Amino acid sequence: MSDSGNLLPLDAWHRRLGARMVPFAGYAMPIQYEGILAEHRWTRESAGLFDVSHMGQLLIAGPGVEKALEALLPADLALLKEGRPKYSMLLTDDGGIIDDLMVTRRGDHFYMVVNGATKEGDIEWLRGNLPQSVVLDHMKEQALLALQGPKAAEALGRLVPEVANLTFMTGDAFTIAGIRTWISRSGYTGEDGFEISAPAGSVEALADLLLDQPEVKPIGLGARDSLRLEAGLPLYGHDLDLTTTPVEADLAFALAKRRREAGGFRGWYRIARELAEGPVRKRVGVAIDGRQPVREGALVVDPEGNEVGKVTSGGFSPTLEAPIAMAYVPIAEAAPGTAVSLAQRGRIFTGRVVPMPFVPHRYHRKGAGL
Amino acid sequence: MSVYYTKEHEWIRVDGDIATVGITDFAQGQLGDVVFVEVPDAGRHLARGGEAAVVESVKAASDVYAPVGGEVIEGNQALVDDPALVNSDPEGEGWFFKIRLADTHEINDLMNAEQYKAFCDQQ
Repeated sequence: MSDSGNLLPLDAWHRRLGARMVPFAGYAMPIQYEGILAEHRWTRESAGLFDVSHMGQLLIAGPGVEKALEALLPADLALLKEGRPKYSMLLTDDGGIIDDLMVTRRGDHFYMVVNGATKEGDIEWLRGNLPQSVVLDHMKEQALLALQGPKAAEALGRLVPEVANLTFMTGDAFTIAGIRTWISRSGYTGEDGFEISAPAGSVEALADLLLDQPEVKPIGLGARDSLRLEAGLPLYGHDLDLTTTPVEADLAFALAKRRREAGGFRGWYRIARELAEGPVRKRVGVAIDGRQPVREGALVVDPEGNEVGKVTSGGFSPTLEAPIAMAYVPIAEAAPGTAVSLAQRGRIFTGRVVPMPFVPHRYHRKGAGL
Repeated sequence: MSVYYTKEHEWIRVDGDIATVGITDFAQGQLGDVVFVEVPDAGRHLARGGEAAVVESVKAASDVYAPVGGEVIEGNQALVDDPALVNSDPEGEGWFFKIRLADTHEINDLMNAEQYKAFCDQQ
């Protein structure tokens, strides 16, 4: 199969809706429908429907599965309650990031969602590093949708009122018009919203039901990228890779307290050292002066023009109407307010380190009321 | 007054020895939402095929090359201030720059509207 040869379960549905399809993660995927800016703004104001069925959905089960996964992930799975998605990572022995993921305890097994572009490697690596007693099932017949935005709860609640009981980072099984789904209140836009796993054979009916809601429009990969950038969320293969550690990537929140102290997972030696002594570099947000975007691959330079870091994601923020970027900078220059110089195509751009997210998150947290 | 086109999806409207240059509707459709434009200053001499302007969409940056050589007589400041004009009126208000042709024969190598349409249909 060619790089773009795999078809999503919703391939024909996307084309019917006028999507422009591009190769991504081995699939033909919708980059946009009516336009990235309009789709971005719609998601921030109403509710956007994303097809993320390219992502890998895995079931991991068997005797000793919790301990076996704890040997690979820095999460505290012993503390992880039923139906609570947790952000975590697969790590190398040197603390490099193989992939970032969500893992959820569901009864006797763990449900894991990994990135589409890396799923085949992840599966091979997991199978090679989990004991024989633990089995991994790649749920190839399962599609994944995301409904994101301030009106997502209203729209989905019309079809399945019980989702009102979910708060940010909780999940449960629901039936929508006879379709069995797993829904978590989570996402990749910084907005309130849901991720909905459903059988591939039923996903078109489900997508149509969601699109019938007046709050909902389909949103492509282009806006998914600009939304996650504004939300300060890293993208694997760009902001995270085998050469970046969780501490450098400013993802220490995913390193559970017990695990930091006791270790027992891959990469712990380096991660513990970086937690104690500080990393040499850090992923930060950069607000760029002027209007011209500075993109992935641009260099962070010192006053003499020497390379001291790099931009790993960059673009134009539709919400702020200004260029923003994520970059790795030396730790001494990572504090908010620090001036930054960036070199792109022979030109110097200036900016400053700013806290992320660039645009505030609006999650539906427990106890936060409406 | 005649309009010519390039394989790089620029249009060139020629009036005497003055040419107005922009990008075509096809090009803006491929680029998507334009968020930044840089145009050359008046007085700058452009070689044919040299970098003349920059256009950036949400997705990507692209260079605009001079389809003909000459001296820039005006860059479109309205476009710099409102880059979305490239999307809304690419072959009108969304023009990039005006140039005094150094060699009017250079336009002979460009496509006419019919040839350009056939070229786009193959893309």
